[in-house]
Amino acid sequence: MDLRAYVLRRLALTTLVLFGVLVVTFLLSHVIPADPIGAILGPQAPPELVEKLRREWGLDKPLHEQFIDYVCRAVRGDLGRSIRTNRPVLQDLLEFFPATLELATASLMLGVLVGVPLGTISALRRGSWIDHAARVFVTLGVSTPVFWLGLIMLMIFYYRLGWLPGPGRLDPYMTPPPRVTGLILLDSLLAGRLDAFYSALRHLAMPAAVLGWYAAAGIARITRSSVLEVMRREHVRTARAKGLLERIVVLRHILRNALMPIVTVIGTTYGGLLEGAVLTETIFAWPGLGRYSTGAFLYLDFMAVMGTTLFIAVIYSLVNLAVDLIYAYLDPRVRYG
Amino acid sequence: MGDRMEGARRTSIRGSLLMARLVLSSPTGFAGAVIVAGLLILSLIGPVLAPYDPYKQDMSERLMPPSWEHPFGTDQLGRDILSRVLYGCRISLSIALLVVAISATIGLLLGLVSGYFGGLVDEALMRVTDLFFAFPRLILAMAVAAALGPSIINTMLAIATVSWPVYARLVRACVLQVRNETYIEAARAIGAGHVRILFRHVLPMVVHVVLVQATLDLGSVILLAAGLSFIGLGAPPPTPEWGLMVSEGRLYIRSQWWVSTFPGLAIMISALGFNMLGDALRDAFDVRLGR
Amino acid sequence: MSSPLLEVRDLIVHFYTREGVVKALDGVMLRVGRGEIVSLVGETGSGKTVTALSIMRLLDHNARIVRGEVLFEGRNLLQLSEEEMRRIRGREISMIFQEPKSALNPVLTVGFQLREALEAHGEEGEAALEKVLSMLRRVGLPDPERLVNRYPHELSGGMAQRVMIAMALLMRPKLLIADEPTSALDVTVQAQILELIQSLVREMNTSVLFITHDLGVAAEISDRIAVMYAGVVVEQGNVYDVFEEPLHPYTRGLLAAIPRPGRELMAIEGEVPSLLNPPSGCRFHPRCPAVMEVCKRVKPRLVEVEPGRLVACHLYGGE
Repeated sequence: MDLRAYVLRRLALTTLVLFGVLVVTFLLSHVIPADPIGAILGPQAPPELVEKLRREWGLDKPLHEQFIDYVCRAVRGDLGRSIRTNRPVLQDLLEFFPATLELATASLMLGVLVGVPLGTISALRRGSWIDHAARVFVTLGVSTPVFWLGLIMLMIFYYRLGWLPGPGRLDPYMTPPPRVTGLILLDSLLAGRLDAFYSALRHLAMPAAVLGWYAAAGIARITRSSVLEVMRREHVRTARAKGLLERIVVLRHILRNALMPIVTVIGTTYGGLLEGAVLTETIFAWPGLGRYSTGAFLYLDFMAVMGTTLFIAVIYSLVNLAVDLIYAYLDPRVRYG
Repeated sequence: MGDRMEGARRTSIRGSLLMARLVLSSPTGFAGAVIVAGLLILSLIGPVLAPYDPYKQDMSERLMPPSWEHPFGTDQLGRDILSRVLYGCRISLSIALLVVAISATIGLLLGLVSGYFGGLVDEALMRVTDLFFAFPRLILAMAVAAALGPSIINTMLAIATVSWPVYARLVRACVLQVRNETYIEAARAIGAGHVRILFRHVLPMVVHVVLVQATLDLGSVILLAAGLSFIGLGAPPPTPEWGLMVSEGRLYIRSQWWVSTFPGLAIMISALGFNMLGDALRDAFDVRLGR
Repeated sequence: MSSPLLEVRDLIVHFYTREGVVKALDGVMLRVGRGEIVSLVGETGSGKTVTALSIMRLLDHNARIVRGEVLFEGRNLLQLSEEEMRRIRGREISMIFQEPKSALNPVLTVGFQLREALEAHGEEGEAALEKVLSMLRRVGLPDPERLVNRYPHELSGGMAQRVMIAMALLMRPKLLIADEPTSALDVTVQAQILELIQSLVREMNTSVLFITHDLGVAAEISDRIAVMYAGVVVEQGNVYDVFEEPLHPYTRGLLAAIPRPGRELMAIEGEVPSLLNPPSGCRFHPRCPAVMEVCKRVKPRLVEVEPGRLVACHLYGGE
């Protein structure tokens, strides 16, 4: 099938998946808890409020009607109201999401910049000390609990050594740049505030390093195995037989072909980074989705929890869709198959 | 062709011994096996070894640094951390083993049926697993745990829920490869029924995939469970669960670093052991199957 | 006789594997003259491909050229630096492989890969593109302007092999090594490709080392033939002479084993030896109908019994 058919098929599949995601979150929020209203409002809620919400939610209505209501509301962006912030959940999510986006993207970049070269060299120099060191790095990286690593790094690099700043996105005394995208790095550049840019960068360093370490391990692993597999293929031998420079053989004939599985893993790594954000944002006082949802659990802010889950699932699905499209671009067999 | 069937059956005792030798011959395999064995032993006799009662509070001894009396120090309620870590080993390992056993079994059965019979059942399973894969594992586990309420059982249910799809997909892919092999046709030709074929012929070829994944998964589940407890959705206090202990020590990380460090180290070493063992197992199977 | 274009002397190659040391080549001697087509014939595992890869120095990491010389126009290729060797590959010596579709990079267009062959040796731009197009026409591919934008998976096996041939001959190399180029193709396409190779190399006066396990193909295409067994060249000579009067017992066995209607099938006794633990002395001795005592102890050397005719057998004085 050609490219257009492929894209359409992927879009259709993603839409189906998103619908399924709505089903799942609906089940989790309306069906599974013994008393959804009680879960949302907490045990101290006055009975009138409980009744009001019960009617509003239509919990006396048959299940499929509830579901239709739920879907209609979700599609319009109504994810309920957070009892903690007393604002619509969607508004909260949109406010806190950019911080997580900034963190996840920075970590992913680190992961790719470290992981791909490391995995490639590890494969090209198989059996050497670099290879062994890289494999140790990978195994450690996927076995370390990110939240613990974050704590340890904070303890060492901030409290003990003072090399990096502490929790937060900016120095506490500094006024943040005017909010355009919510990504402080971008906003500070747009506003010409180099001091804020520098401060934000220094604050981003540690959390991004923690999550980036985890990302780099996974990416290095898949890069190594993918490159090893491609290295054995016939076309690499042909390339060398033509007298191509080794550098070109590696870049154009090995790496370029090894990219495909790597790109796929980058998609799943992004999911892992979102998970990591949830676990580490509290430690670094990073005002993102992770901290928002963690606070929501402790506060038993049920709507916020479900809203976050839905939101993250949507983001993740879109990331995977993007990955699929990039894959199609990379592999002409998909495009012109 | 008949050799394959024989080979699958021979992978009983002699095969297992050969596998064990292969695994232990590599340094990571050996280290992993040692760690896992250690964990299993500790989970059994840990409570006996523990010098103190993990729940006993002693405010006069709170936040003491590591010493001879308290090798891992004490926490903010004066409880001995070493004892809590030892008890936590049993908890973490039980959770991991139970969750993996359940999810692997469910995934295996569904994958076998789906891959072998194909058709609508297969399509349905693929769509359902697609759905599960649309969420990052922790996020979905979080949502399930939040819906059910914080407790160890609910943690296990939540993690099992997000774990089985991987096995189903893996097994299904393997079954698809095996299904078209000629010896399956041969078995049908002599009149073997579906169930018999599934269990006598298909299953042995699929088992190695499940074993490798399960071993690696044990490490992931330990990390996942600890993560859930860390954010407050897992075992409730005062359970000596490692993730919870790291969370409790968070406020004291500045000066009383030991409260969070030792439980976290325990998590890491456990995950490390299973990951190394799983990798070595996978390599050993590759060798055995001639790759 | 003028000095040969390629001369392989006493080439010994070992592979270091998990099971032990595989003694793949045990003193290979080979000669290819200018403008000559020499077939290298032998069963699977006899070392034909290893020989070819050794000449190109494209062996895997676990292989070692233990001893020997590969003289190309008088220069020992084994002593060149990697950069010097790189300049020779694709320009003075080219190689084509058995599976054309896997030998091409699936994510790059055919045209790009063809131009690469030229760019690697300093030819680029419009002139290079022109060369590519004319070469594609020369190998019998229609509509080259559209073909250059196609990807390998869009081509048939025969078309892909023509592209490979074009790619290998773009720089007009002096020697072309063809490793079973027709074995993966349909019989009708095989004939076309063989014809193509023949006409091209005559035109460009390129020498060819043609590797095949098919005696029929060897008979058709080559001027001279070299027969390999278990890592050694056992007989070499003019193709008519060798076929008319095979000297080495293995060659005789090979020719006799060709099925002919109305005649019993005649097989060579025994099995191809393991190269981990090859037989002592002459590697063929366990299967040789004319085996003598000396054959079990001493390895026969390749001896020139007539001008241009070489045999490695104690029957012809191989000490």
